[in-house]
Amino acid sequence: MPTTPSSQNPSRAEDASDAGGPLLGRKAARVDRLAELMGERDESGHGSGIWRTAFARMRRSPMAITGAVIVVVFVAVALLSPLIAPYSPTSQAWGDEVFPNQNIFVGPRGENWLGLDNLGRDQFSRMVVGARQTLMVGVVATLVGFGAGALLGGAAGAASVLGGRWGRQLDNVVMRVIDMMLALPTLLLAVTVAALVGPSLTTVMIAVGVAQVPVFARLLRGAMISQGNRDYVLAARALGVRKRRIALTHILPNSLGPVIVQSTLTLATAIIDAAALSYLGLGNPDPAFPEWGTMLADAQRFLSSAPQLAVYPALAIIVTALGFTLLGEAMREALDPKLRK
Amino acid sequence: MSSSTPLLAVDELSVVFRGRGSDPEEVRAVDGVSFTLEEGRVTGLVGESGCGKSVTSLALMGLLPDRGVSVGGSAVMRLPGGEADLLKLSQRRMRDLRGSQLAMIFQDPLSSLNPVVPIGRQVTEILRRHRGLRGSKASKEAADLLYRVGIPDPTRRLREYPHQLSGGMRQRALIAMAVACRPRLMIADEPTTALDVTIQAQILELLKDLVTEEGTSLLMITHDLGVVAGLCDDINVLYAGRAVETARRAPLFADPTHPYTVGLLGSIPRLDAPRGEALTPIRGSVNDNIAWTDGCAFAPRCDHYTMECLQGPPQLVTAGAGGGAAAADGGAADRAAGAGHAYRCVNPVRHADVVDRTVLESPAVVGDDEEAQG
Amino acid sequence: MLRFIVRRLLQLIPTLGGLSILLFVWLQRLPGGPEYALLPDDATSEQRAQLRRSLGLDEPITVQYLAFLRRILQGDLGASLQTGRPVLEEFFTRFPATFELAVTAMLIATAVGIPLGYLAARRRGSVLDFAAVGGSLLGICTPVFFLAFILKVVFAERLGWFPSAFRLSPGISRTDLSGFAVLDGLRTGEFDVVADALAHLVLPGLALASIPLAVIVRMTRASVLEVLEEDYVRTANAKGLHRNTVRTRHVMRNAMLPVVTSIGLLTGSLFAGAVLTESVFAFPGIGSFVYAATQTRDYPVLTGFILLIATMYVFINLLVDISYSLLDPRVRAQ
Repeated sequence: MPTTPSSQNPSRAEDASDAGGPLLGRKAARVDRLAELMGERDESGHGSGIWRTAFARMRRSPMAITGAVIVVVFVAVALLSPLIAPYSPTSQAWGDEVFPNQNIFVGPRGENWLGLDNLGRDQFSRMVVGARQTLMVGVVATLVGFGAGALLGGAAGAASVLGGRWGRQLDNVVMRVIDMMLALPTLLLAVTVAALVGPSLTTVMIAVGVAQVPVFARLLRGAMISQGNRDYVLAARALGVRKRRIALTHILPNSLGPVIVQSTLTLATAIIDAAALSYLGLGNPDPAFPEWGTMLADAQRFLSSAPQLAVYPALAIIVTALGFTLLGEAMREALDPKLRK
Repeated sequence: MSSSTPLLAVDELSVVFRGRGSDPEEVRAVDGVSFTLEEGRVTGLVGESGCGKSVTSLALMGLLPDRGVSVGGSAVMRLPGGEADLLKLSQRRMRDLRGSQLAMIFQDPLSSLNPVVPIGRQVTEILRRHRGLRGSKASKEAADLLYRVGIPDPTRRLREYPHQLSGGMRQRALIAMAVACRPRLMIADEPTTALDVTIQAQILELLKDLVTEEGTSLLMITHDLGVVAGLCDDINVLYAGRAVETARRAPLFADPTHPYTVGLLGSIPRLDAPRGEALTPIRGSVNDNIAWTDGCAFAPRCDHYTMECLQGPPQLVTAGAGGGAAAADGGAADRAAGAGHAYRCVNPVRHADVVDRTVLESPAVVGDDEEAQG
Repeated sequence: MLRFIVRRLLQLIPTLGGLSILLFVWLQRLPGGPEYALLPDDATSEQRAQLRRSLGLDEPITVQYLAFLRRILQGDLGASLQTGRPVLEEFFTRFPATFELAVTAMLIATAVGIPLGYLAARRRGSVLDFAAVGGSLLGICTPVFFLAFILKVVFAERLGWFPSAFRLSPGISRTDLSGFAVLDGLRTGEFDVVADALAHLVLPGLALASIPLAVIVRMTRASVLEVLEEDYVRTANAKGLHRNTVRTRHVMRNAMLPVVTSIGLLTGSLFAGAVLTESVFAFPGIGSFVYAATQTRDYPVLTGFILLIATMYVFINLLVDISYSLLDPRVRAQ
């Protein structure tokens, strides 16, 4: 292939079978690498070069656009829900029209766009208001996982790179704990946490968040260690820059890429896991307060007679989770030259 | 020695990579390369990275991806069943030819070997495929092959994995696979670039011996003029997907005519150069070119260029008769018959002062003599 | 090889030890402490104090931990609050059902996922590729329990193709040798039992397979795409090897390495996923039991389940490492 011998090896992985031609793939890959290098050389170490090219690439990716549209619509509905919802989500105004015991339900009609739920509440209003709760669950859970995980992983990573022998010891201990947490499937971890705190929406948020802590920790630590081995860190150390400054202004900003991608993906996981916890009875015990996961879990009972009651929140969860996943995957592809198309 | 018709005649080979979907930009990696390859001789394709050497070799082997690539021109090769155009053969037929009639040695021996399959298996699988050898017969033949390419203790090596071998040893193993079925044509794509300097000489020596012993023709792809001087009988200098100069070894080094060839020769550091004398590198990079249809692609980097250079594509011109150049259309027959020194330039360099005998006497050359080739 | 296994086994000790500490701390932190877990809610404070003494809860924390560890090592996970029987025993009787379900799910996931991932990679950008990638993203984003319900309503209740609940149909009697219905049926020649048991495994198996299937498809696809670009695949083609030889020996052999790892990890999460699927199909396995435990706050069962999953995960990881070293000579060398 017409690349220089020296550049051929490292580029091998990233042109993962460009059906359109290895030549184009490699050329673009070379540009990517350059962008990465420029990002690293950036004085502040913010690596804006990577982000800018990644953004430019995402604007052309149908996956990213689909994901972004879904996410934007979801967030807009969630934030504007009081304005959109025609009725109160808790008002049982049509309670005398629905008799779940006799299999009498009310489907979509002019008055109630999505029909009524099993207690005679307006399903559309509940869905819209539920978006807000669901967004909150996703965001708070992700923040919990991100915050605690980044703290643990960042400390371990920085200690490992800059802390010398003691640092590596500390890193070792922290990572052992993290690995043990990883030994449990996230859902199980969430269940155990939820069992500690008792069922509530807060429980779900904390439990789902805690379950993501080891993922974030390992990711950030891994990225920091790989950044720490780069030449620019060595150069900064040789110049006598203080260690804390190196960690905060050089290593950390350059390591955030994968963590930010993971946050997007975690928003999806959090929404799905929250639904699972609700199903296990660990979620919001107050059914008057709509949240998609709880709504879905509650509606399972009527799945045979009134499937629409479960299908609406289920579809909402699936589409929203898909939106965040598409966006996250597109970001990952755009940021990581190895996974680049 | 060489028979009247060449073993392989490549004529106006072109390879175009098409962009996909939203990005329909085309890249002409090879843009009308023509050269011939005589039986039992070593032919060099020389040029900088990105000049299309490797793509040329992959096109000949039929190893370019199926989609997004269009290959034009012809590459007629003499095969047991008569002549055939390699570029037009079916995939199935090419699979039969690859490894048996055509073999290839790649640049990076580590990544070119399957890391999870023992060396022995990787040698015997080609013996089984093309020669029908199996079991202990195949293992014995594989051990013999490894021994022939200079791998000591071959039976032990057969059980080992690529990561357990040294770089030179891996390349020897790859060469063993390439010669396993005595192919008529062997293509070596920068076979020594990834190796240590001391190993490089050994591998070149091995290739030279194999060519002499087996009568195999070797197409040597390299950017290293030292390798060319040491190994190649006939040389084609490629630039931006076209051959810009074609000659036998002695005339090329003695009388380089195309400014690009002159530039390449001038870029080699010399031990006997006076201290303080600067190298004369070629300006710019291979990306600074213009399309051949507009003129000479090398013009932007050329010290000799005139307005004439930008008047359409320069023709291939046969050298000789005191510079009274006769236009040739680039057809293979013309060159096979002629003295073999041709160049693609409207304003060639005469009596370049870089004429460099010392290159010819570089360590790799020792023991080979130009006169022996006639 | 043996030394490698022994070394890996020794490395397990600190991991499992640390895990037991985590679990111990978790038990300490449970609302009301461990004695709460072992006594009914209306127990008097006197009863509690007595239990504390009998459990050694007034001893120093390290002594308590060692006692806890000893009990675990002896297989004493306490008694289930729902049934009053020892947790380990409850798990043992239910294990064969869940194991059969997990194996079914994993078979579906690998048998479909690997070929599909391979084809998607080979035909990159095709409709098939798009469907495979899109479908697996959809699979990851669908709550497992909802998928289980949909399968049940559509294929069992509406279409009636498969049974909707339990492990065997009510009328079927079987000779119970080991608890594994399919295996026992094959051994005793009760093929009606085998067929019935398999029919009962299809829907929960599909639901449980959804996430591993999605992960395996994506993993295989990415891995094959990367391997297809490797130089040694080009070498194999340059040797003129048959397409199938290149495909199996050179592409798949290498592409499967990361997939094997993920299959190991996924198997661990299958048992957790069983909690969500088994309950939907009233499948009498560990999953249903644990589902009931989450509803009733049956802490000994939850603790035991965590321990079971973690131990399984650790040993599956060991198996993955061993198979990895068999598949990849470079790992063996280290």
